[in-house]
Amino acid sequence: MPLQNNRGAILFDHNHDGIDRRGFLKCMAWAGTGALCVVQGGVLKSYSLSDPSHLDKAAKGELSFVQISDSHMGFNKPANPDVVGTLKAAVQKINALTVPPEFILHTGDISHLSKSEEFDTVDQILQSASAKDLFFVPGEHDVLEDDGKQYLERYGKNTKGAGWYSFDKKGVHLIGLVNVMNLKAGGMGSLGAEQLQWLEHDVRDLSKSTPVVVFAHMPLWNIYPEWGWGTDDSAQALSYLKRFGSVTVLNGHIHQTMQKVEGNVTFHTAASTAFPQPHPGAAPSPGPMKVPAEQLRALLGVTDVNYVRKRRALAVIDSTLA
Amino acid sequence: MRKRSWILCVAASMVLALAALPTVEKSIAAGPPTVDVKIDNFSFTPATLTVKAGTQITWTNGDDIPHTVVSDAQSFKSKVLDTDEKFTFTASKPGTYSYFCSIHPKMTGKVVVE
Repeated sequence: MPLQNNRGAILFDHNHDGIDRRGFLKCMAWAGTGALCVVQGGVLKSYSLSDPSHLDKAAKGELSFVQISDSHMGFNKPANPDVVGTLKAAVQKINALTVPPEFILHTGDISHLSKSEEFDTVDQILQSASAKDLFFVPGEHDVLEDDGKQYLERYGKNTKGAGWYSFDKKGVHLIGLVNVMNLKAGGMGSLGAEQLQWLEHDVRDLSKSTPVVVFAHMPLWNIYPEWGWGTDDSAQALSYLKRFGSVTVLNGHIHQTMQKVEGNVTFHTAASTAFPQPHPGAAPSPGPMKVPAEQLRALLGVTDVNYVRKRRALAVIDSTLA
Repeated sequence: MRKRSWILCVAASMVLALAALPTVEKSIAAGPPTVDVKIDNFSFTPATLTVKAGTQITWTNGDDIPHTVVSDAQSFKSKVLDTDEKFTFTASKPGTYSYFCSIHPKMTGKVVVE
């Protein structure tokens, strides 16, 4: 359980019971809390974004980037009739950052119904972002009708298979995975044998001190299998990353922020820029959560990731749109 | 006398009308039998459906999120159903058809055709 002090900082010390602990420490920063997390020597510190004095103390890294997710362009139901407005608000938030991010990661569900005009709208809005480099992975809503063909044509240049790829930025190795294709009845997200093989090969020659960031749409940890919030073969993928000292996994899909530390791996899910979803099991289904209009923007967000090279730590800021 | 025959006449026509009713019903039911499956809260209701061969099954998506209806063996496959959209499949061959939502694969259902 998170220990939270009265200033909104959440402090985890997962060394207190041994670094070889097989279990995990779970941190759940629900959407709306807005947090900057700094992982340092096994200690994860999370600062509230709503308190600028906390942000001032945040680590300044050599690489910072922003994660946005689940813009669901085209969604127009009561949970958020203005997904254009909330995505624009996310971009304004990005553009207001004192240190401009190196690039933006979008962790999928760019569109709601895989329509070309939905993708067009998102592309247009993101053009006004301060960061010009954009990286995507598809969500299940982006590959609805054509086995992801349109997604690949738009966002999949220089990618493999259904759109997976890796790249390096300032010493950090980033890997975009696709876990929304060929889903099996009764299952969750799926990476598939071909992609797993590629991943194993992709990280094989990296030094174990290379910080690794993996991003995919559906969570690569089992958050709530009853709602399909996980990936069937994620354990296999994570087994290839065991030898690395610092691994961060960024996902979307569940429309709320959550964090977990397990050994050398820190997992984060980002809020949606479109609409919030209920906490696991807190509703009959994971459908869109209708909240009073004045609360909506506090539940939508942007994640800012700050990498500090010397300390081999990643700081993750979960910012709300409020 | 006159009054009685009038009553008889009315009674007779009522009997005739009643007798005609089943015929009317039959003509309505002349098309294939139909059954509805609701998609609500990320689940199919009823989850298991047993129908006679030739039954027309219609799924209607009541969620704010799109779903699909896809048989595991690809015997039927809907397009993506947005809110309130429907998909109809006529179950002609007897057998058991397991199906799921290809977007949310935890959503599963079964049609048994007798």
